[in-house]
Amino acid sequence: MSAITMKNIVKQYGDGFPAVNDVSIDVADGEFMILVGPSGCGKSTLLRMIVGLEDITSGDMVIGERRVNDLAPRERNLAMVFQNYALYPHLTVYENIAFPLRLAKMPDGEVDKLVRDASSTLELDEHLERKPGNLSGGQRQRVAMGRAIVRQADAFLFDEPLSNLDAKLRGQMRTEIARLQKRLGITTVYVTHDQTEAMTLGDRVAVLKRGVLQQLATPRELYENPGNLFVAGFIGSPPMNFLPATVEGTSVKLPFGSVEIPADRAERAAGRGLLIAGIRPEHFEDASLAAEEERSGSTFSAKVETVEWLGNETYAYIPFEAPDEVREQLQQLEKDLDGDSLRTQLVVSLDGSSRIAEGEDAEIWVDGGRIHLFDPASGENLTVDRERAGRIPGAEVGAG
Amino acid sequence: MNNRTLNRVGMVVGCLLIMVWCLLPVAWIISLSFKSEASITNGNPGFLPSEGTSAGWANYQAVWDNEQFRRAIFNSIGISLIATLLSIVVATLAAYAIARLEFRGKKLVLSLSLAIAMFPVVSLVGPLFDMWRAIGLYDTWPGLIIPYMSFTLPLAIWTLSAFFREIPWEMEQAAQVDGATSWQAFRKVIVPLAAPGVFTAAILTFFFAWNDFVFGISLTSTENARPIPASLSFFVGADPFNRPASLLAAGAVIATIPIIVIVLIFQRKIVAGLTSGAVKG
Repeated sequence: MSAITMKNIVKQYGDGFPAVNDVSIDVADGEFMILVGPSGCGKSTLLRMIVGLEDITSGDMVIGERRVNDLAPRERNLAMVFQNYALYPHLTVYENIAFPLRLAKMPDGEVDKLVRDASSTLELDEHLERKPGNLSGGQRQRVAMGRAIVRQADAFLFDEPLSNLDAKLRGQMRTEIARLQKRLGITTVYVTHDQTEAMTLGDRVAVLKRGVLQQLATPRELYENPGNLFVAGFIGSPPMNFLPATVEGTSVKLPFGSVEIPADRAERAAGRGLLIAGIRPEHFEDASLAAEEERSGSTFSAKVETVEWLGNETYAYIPFEAPDEVREQLQQLEKDLDGDSLRTQLVVSLDGSSRIAEGEDAEIWVDGGRIHLFDPASGENLTVDRERAGRIPGAEVGAG
Repeated sequence: MNNRTLNRVGMVVGCLLIMVWCLLPVAWIISLSFKSEASITNGNPGFLPSEGTSAGWANYQAVWDNEQFRRAIFNSIGISLIATLLSIVVATLAAYAIARLEFRGKKLVLSLSLAIAMFPVVSLVGPLFDMWRAIGLYDTWPGLIIPYMSFTLPLAIWTLSAFFREIPWEMEQAAQVDGATSWQAFRKVIVPLAAPGVFTAAILTFFFAWNDFVFGISLTSTENARPIPASLSFFVGADPFNRPASLLAAGAVIATIPIIVIVLIFQRKIVAGLTSGAVKG
């Protein structure tokens, strides 16, 4: 077991395109680190640089006390689970798991003990003599994990290990991986594009966009204090709503009306002209329900276009018009997030007991204290609480 | 329903026709090999050797007792096996490099190997004959192994590189992360997975070497290296105008046996879809 330190890592391809650009991440001993981002953000490349399957253009990769930049994969003593499992089809499950031990020239007795340990941990005992071709997706996934845990590796690396499984199995394996990691207490770097996996598994999450680290923080910090528009839009499902906004005093003017926000937040955003306000769907509520609970905040009235009732909660969709300046920024953001640029609409999550109906002019309550304000040009979050936002590269200088 | 039975009957009839067409000469030569010399000279008709015309195993006995023939069989087996082995080893390494590595001149290697395959054998025999005599390779095993290798390499390389391309990159990378050197990853993961391709290439190479006649007859002069096809053509009895057809037939049948054995052995190894299960389909 050991810590992994990445210092100013750059990966440049032959055509000069930087797939990973000046990324510094420190993974503590025993920590579960998630690398997350939309496709093409360089997360897999970064992982492959840790394990040694990609050359590092510049920067330092330190595992434990060793600088491993120039070491071959086999000299780094890391275990990796590939996206497509990469099992050896000509070997039985037993031999697949034993493969790294056989390469290490371990005596047969010891191999047998370790393989059986690993297989019982992963409940593969009855499949040991089968070939990977005869296994189901979930079983293959477990064999791939078995091959990783069987030896005393310094760290585990996972490259989107669950993306090939169906939704139910994915949930099971997710908890399985979390349980295993906690039990073995081994340093883990996990690549995913799925923000649910990122939120549930990680001790800390590194969000990447086009090869650049956006924010490195705990899941809670990312959710409550996103450093910029990209992180705010990426983390959370359904995603955060972005609305054009202008600040006047302590009130924010939104397309639907004005919302009061705390003075310290308003101060930081004052005099900036047109901004983008970010409000999470669950920070809205049916005004009548909010009033019963006497929650403080502002209310506004808007025409609800569509309602989706899920039992425990209700999603209401409210379209709005955005000025061109904001619209462009939001379309760019959608593109960065791998999404299609849909028309601008507000997604509001209401309590399941809400009786708001489609086509109705509804009174909606909003929690003004939770509104984030973003600079439309840079995407920077003006209202971020830097104490509770982990590390936001590029913003440190301005903050200090 | 009716249509389907008709289909099936047509299929069977068609297959039978093709089999008769292909195997009739073989059946005929087997029939000849069991007839006595005299009965053939007399123009004895009939497919099955009958009473008085049957020679039993006598022809085979006679051929086998012939020192020249035994040498030729030995030469053929030795030369073909060595040529196949060398060709496969070189082709495997070359194909792996072509499929996996980026290097300058990759296209050149591929087109060059194709160009070699395009040369008609006959046009090279003359120069080779001169060269081999000059450097002392004439009438030796290497003198035949080298041309066999160079003519079968292109095909083997093309076949194998297609197989290597089918194997997912991750297999090797996984092996390397698991602690294998590049060579170990190649030997323990890639080669077993490419086995069907290797055996396909091996069969084709062996066929070429075994069946070759032009090189065999032009580049040899004695039993030192003369392979079986060439040797059969020299197989004349006492009377050069009256060739021992039944003995030749027996010799031809014996010459076919090793090929059948090799195919049966290798064919078992050619299992399609060996990589299934390696990755999520």
